[in-house]
Amino acid sequence: MAEITLDQIIQPENMVYTRSRIMTDTVLHYCPGCGHGTVHRLLAEVIEELDLQSETIGITPVGCSVLMYNYMDIDMQEAAHGRAPALATAIKRLMSEKFVFTYQGDGDLAAIGTAETIHACNRGENITILFINNGIYGMTGGQMAPTTLPDMKASTCPYGRDVQMMGNPLKITDIVATLPGSYYVTRQSVHTPGNVRKAKKAIRKAVEYQKRNQGTCFVEIVSNCNSGWKMTPVDANQWLEENMLPFYPLGDLKVPEE
Amino acid sequence: MAKVRGAIVVDTERCKGCELCVGACPTDVIGMAEEVNSKGYHYAYMKNPEACTGCVNCAIICPDGVISVYRVKTT
Repeated sequence: MAEITLDQIIQPENMVYTRSRIMTDTVLHYCPGCGHGTVHRLLAEVIEELDLQSETIGITPVGCSVLMYNYMDIDMQEAAHGRAPALATAIKRLMSEKFVFTYQGDGDLAAIGTAETIHACNRGENITILFINNGIYGMTGGQMAPTTLPDMKASTCPYGRDVQMMGNPLKITDIVATLPGSYYVTRQSVHTPGNVRKAKKAIRKAVEYQKRNQGTCFVEIVSNCNSGWKMTPVDANQWLEENMLPFYPLGDLKVPEE
Repeated sequence: MAKVRGAIVVDTERCKGCELCVGACPTDVIGMAEEVNSKGYHYAYMKNPEACTGCVNCAIICPDGVISVYRVKTT
């Protein structure tokens, strides 16, 4: 057997994976190792696979992912802080044939936007919500968020979150799952290749189910914030698995009855 | 005897050196280069190209989508 050279392997016909063409060439501004980039890429792959590029309208939040419209070659609209589900409601009702999604972090969706989130899901708006939960306000400097774990350190709780004084973390995905308007509710993560594959399947389902007009599809992605957590990306993913996942267990919380 | 040979191509200018791909690789193919790109990051490279199977794990964990994967079957 003649040994095959790298140049022979690296040929266009042998390519099995590359970045989706929906992602633009703009370099992501996220910190090294941030889960936002992974989720952007998964969403772009799903939109490409389902051939929805010209039918998609995305709503970007306020937070680290505020510049998401620079990275994806689709129509996008910026919402005021926390109001993405309200804006998505309006767009979906006016253009019901479009695929409408919101992409929000925990400071946006679970803090200032709690009312919009809960009511949009309770009304059963036919939108898809992607919720990135890293348990901290990343963009503004690592302050405590509603989703910060008990005893987890943040810049505004340097000794750890004291639930006696600061209250309990909010599991908003569990709340959404109890609402009659939600159709598909799941929690995934992107810290290992296996979890990335599962997360992509979940995002694909959440996109496909919107065509059924049965209610809100809600995907929580438990993600890292290595800058806010003051860790290396590899350590942050390890910490996520050991601390975040026991509190935010992965899996489907509500699946459609077939 | 490997029946499948793979290779990766890293877009070194986009790579931020987060090293997630190093841990994701089941065959220990990827290392971080001594050199840095124009932003000062040590980028990923194939330190052990013979072992690559083209499993795509590194590419799907990469937050910046800098890795392209190629795979061929050798018989």
